[in-house]
Amino acid sequence: MSESASAVEPTPGKNVRRTSFNEGTGRLAALLLSPTLIVLLLVIGYPIISALRESLYTSGGIGDDGFVIEGTRFVGLDNFAAIFSGETGDRFWNAFYNTTFFTVTCVVLETLLGVLMAMVMHKAFKGRAIVRASILIPWAIPTVVSALLWKWMFQADGIANAVLGTQILWSTEGWQSVLSVIVADTWKTAPFIGLLVLAGLQTIPDEVYEAAKVDGASPWKTFTRITLPLVKPALLVAVLFRILDTLRIFDLPYVLVGPNKESVETLSILAFLEANQTRYGPAAAYATLLFVYIVVVAYVFVRLLGADVIGDARASKPKKNGKSKDNQLPPGTAAATASGSLAAGGGGL
Amino acid sequence: MRFERSHTRKAVALAVVSSLVLFTAACGGGDDGSKGNTGSAGGALEGRGPIKFATGKDTSGNLTSQVAAWNSQHPDEKVEITELPESADQQRNQLISNAQIKSTEFSVLNLDVVWTAEFAANRWVTQLPEDQFPDLGKLLPSTVATGKYRDKLYAVPVTSDGGLLYYRKDLLDKAGLKPPTTWPEMIAACAKVKALPEGKAINCYAGQFEKYEGLTVNFSEAVNSAGGVVVGDDGKPNVDTPEALAGLTALAEGFKTGFIPKAAITYTEEPGRRAFQDGNLLFHRNWPYVYALANKTDGSSKIAGKFGVAPLPGLNGPGVSTLGGHNYAISEFTPNKATAADFIKFMSSEERQKANVEKTSQAPTWASLYDDAALNKQFPYLAPLKASIGSAKSRPQVVKYGDVTTAIQDAAYNTLKPNGTDPKTALKDLQTKLSSLITQ
Amino acid sequence: MAQIAAEAPWYRRWLPLVGVGLIVLYCLVPFYWMVVSAFRRPSDQFDNSIIPKRWSIENFTDVFQPGTGFGRALLNSLIVAGTVTILTLIVGMVAAYTLARLDFKFKNLVLAIIITTSMFPGISLVIPLKKLFSDIEWINTYQAMIVPSLSFALPLAVWNLTAFFRQMPRELEQAAMVDGCTPAQAFRKVIIPLAAPGVFTTAIITFIAAWNEFLIAVSMVNRKDISTANVLIASFTGTSGRDQPFGSQMAAGVVVTIPLVIAVLIFQRRIVAGLTAGGVK
Repeated sequence: MSESASAVEPTPGKNVRRTSFNEGTGRLAALLLSPTLIVLLLVIGYPIISALRESLYTSGGIGDDGFVIEGTRFVGLDNFAAIFSGETGDRFWNAFYNTTFFTVTCVVLETLLGVLMAMVMHKAFKGRAIVRASILIPWAIPTVVSALLWKWMFQADGIANAVLGTQILWSTEGWQSVLSVIVADTWKTAPFIGLLVLAGLQTIPDEVYEAAKVDGASPWKTFTRITLPLVKPALLVAVLFRILDTLRIFDLPYVLVGPNKESVETLSILAFLEANQTRYGPAAAYATLLFVYIVVVAYVFVRLLGADVIGDARASKPKKNGKSKDNQLPPGTAAATASGSLAAGGGGL
Repeated sequence: MRFERSHTRKAVALAVVSSLVLFTAACGGGDDGSKGNTGSAGGALEGRGPIKFATGKDTSGNLTSQVAAWNSQHPDEKVEITELPESADQQRNQLISNAQIKSTEFSVLNLDVVWTAEFAANRWVTQLPEDQFPDLGKLLPSTVATGKYRDKLYAVPVTSDGGLLYYRKDLLDKAGLKPPTTWPEMIAACAKVKALPEGKAINCYAGQFEKYEGLTVNFSEAVNSAGGVVVGDDGKPNVDTPEALAGLTALAEGFKTGFIPKAAITYTEEPGRRAFQDGNLLFHRNWPYVYALANKTDGSSKIAGKFGVAPLPGLNGPGVSTLGGHNYAISEFTPNKATAADFIKFMSSEERQKANVEKTSQAPTWASLYDDAALNKQFPYLAPLKASIGSAKSRPQVVKYGDVTTAIQDAAYNTLKPNGTDPKTALKDLQTKLSSLITQ
Repeated sequence: MAQIAAEAPWYRRWLPLVGVGLIVLYCLVPFYWMVVSAFRRPSDQFDNSIIPKRWSIENFTDVFQPGTGFGRALLNSLIVAGTVTILTLIVGMVAAYTLARLDFKFKNLVLAIIITTSMFPGISLVIPLKKLFSDIEWINTYQAMIVPSLSFALPLAVWNLTAFFRQMPRELEQAAMVDGCTPAQAFRKVIIPLAAPGVFTTAIITFIAAWNEFLIAVSMVNRKDISTANVLIASFTGTSGRDQPFGSQMAAGVVVTIPLVIAVLIFQRRIVAGLTAGGVK
């Protein structure tokens, strides 16, 4: 690189390469994207399609000989209809509410905390490595272990009650079980948002901040006018993926509080419990409904907030920040930013 | 890096082909199981060769030595242990998902007693000809019943389990009391102990009341010990009875009056054991495994040597335990069924069971072992355990056991939790639910 | 910002520190409990004293007993998570760069498809996948754990890297190509170093996610010699099967977590520094 960068190539070569860069981009894109798409279609697309198909079938029933009748029967949308009727319907809507509640609460808390963590990790001070390590730890502990850890801390005679001086029965139905799930989930995944936002922060060159300082901007203004807009893409991706994950929340309520507990039953738990009773049709129907719900939420999220993430992915030149009411930096800043960091030696890693 | 067009084409072609293959596979699935024959019932168990034994964790290392003993005698039919995860739910899921894909991986399956019906009815395990297992008559009859589905044998019991009443001998002695045999006696005894200076802070009784399988066990014991049934001998649910009501009410009253501490609603086996070991419980219903742990003198138990074991008390007479334990069955999909059957016979033999109880203290199913003097000396709880298991009742042996136990847990938990529902209504609803689940 | 703080009144200097302290405390307190539980003697496992009365490494020696195969399981975890990370980075960076730079039809559709695959509840994927893997005889192989983890990690990797690459001005590659780089070289030598924080973060997140994966690992593999550490931890039991070996599970948790955190810190210094340095000159 070092020689080729400094070496001045003859102009013809440049022309050839530039054309090859733009020629047949569709085909080139297909080629470059194919590994990703093949893996995803194979390992996830296929199970999704087979689950969608499964949701239209039913199996089971015990014959007169005492054996389970083999094979599956096509039942159309019966599995879906069954979910919405009677007691099952109440259970579904309760799980729907819980899922939504967990997602909104946890993601909001995690975003606030995560951004805070990122700011802390980004600051240059002595002992930063220790701070970074400690923030990383909750995210690095295997879920298997951390769920167990929280379960023991929240036992009737556990450390949580001992420290708080209370006698709360955390795993019983009610607000306390919901709270325990939220605390454990926030603890575990706020670092995830923190890490992704930190990466965003690291691509902002110091010059931008110095310029802001020269202009006499207050720290809060610097944060809202410079930091936030510049980390917005990274932050939005992080939040989007947290939303997708939390909508599918399963382990924590299941391990910490337990199955069949109304207060913390989520849609994923319902799907799991059905599959656990080998009723794969209804289980697939629950999974499909959850899937549809997540698709809708993600779509709305991207439409409302994510214009930067996906909206201008196609034509990045023509439309820019059209409807953004934030007093954002002018369109050129990103370029200035990156070249600035190039000059500055890669920013403050 | 130069991109060749042919690569693009190949990649695209590969993607198309592989997705085509997948979709055909997706549409072809599901029906290929219909060829399953009902004729395997009681047929000859054929095929010999190395097999795999799927079981929960070998906790004491004893299983390994048992299997080593077999392997040294059968060099051409070696058995390999596959350890499944610790939780029973995950064990069942692993076994079922292997059966779903008709995997030949596992040959001998270690099944919890409540899984027999489900595995048998789905044809995941092979029916066993009873004449090939001549020792069945020497096992405790209640345990053999757990291996049957619709009167046919599908699994051989190797370990059993029954509930025991652990009590604080030191405190009962001080109050001049004998271990209680009925629920009212137990309440009275606790009142007396609480009157002692040493007994002031103690809680009276706890079983397992968290919403999980243990609650089904404790609920069934309460109902059976009051003379009721959950599922009758005719296979029909019958919980909307005065007897069942008396049983459930006793538990509910226990929570209301403080006879059972509030925290017990979160107890599984382990928190309950801890409360007992810490000296916070006068009476505790648990399994035999507690005996050795509560007697440890390394400081983990504050009551080592200070407690005794008795059969469970009933409402007005002797109590009825719920039967636990594990049975060995043969996977329908293994080619080496003859080896598997021999291995099961080997493991359920008197010699092996004796070795097992000595090493692991798991309750044997072989009846005569309970009268073995040396064993009784080593495990003083064997006599009450024999009484417990001998009269124990199985949980419902139904295909949809998962739904049945969930329904029972719902009813019991909703009654016992703070501000719970009225037991009468709960049982009535439970009867309706069970009737729709169990249609035989 | 540090300078700003220095000139500010005392509360502005101390408030951030208090904030840092609170965050660190919040993250570390549960972890502290895990470590302390691991170092208790099994006999006073359920003690609630903040500092153990007697320290012991018995839980750790239990974890590494010869029969448990825990060392082997750690190696397996490393193989799986390492391969997943490398593959995810290679495949994901190529895809992300394509999405960030090339103009082609259906770009939004591709991005949408990629993210859609991480919207299906994971627990519902297991049985179809197990059928598929059993048909192609992948049960009990490393790839049966690697490929699903790869596909779980790819959507986040592609989206995140796309966001990062798009922030890099096009003029950079154009300048590099003026200087004679091929597009691939421009990508490798200019863009990746500049996006290093993003790439590195993606690597950490992928690695940890793969390291922590449990559901697929437990379902697709039933041979102990290629099981991952997580699966092994879940199969820990006490002496009777009913008593839970909380202490050794926590000890195992410490053993799988600490090296991870240390590795991340070291990598962060070395690799990122290396990448960035390469990009500058």
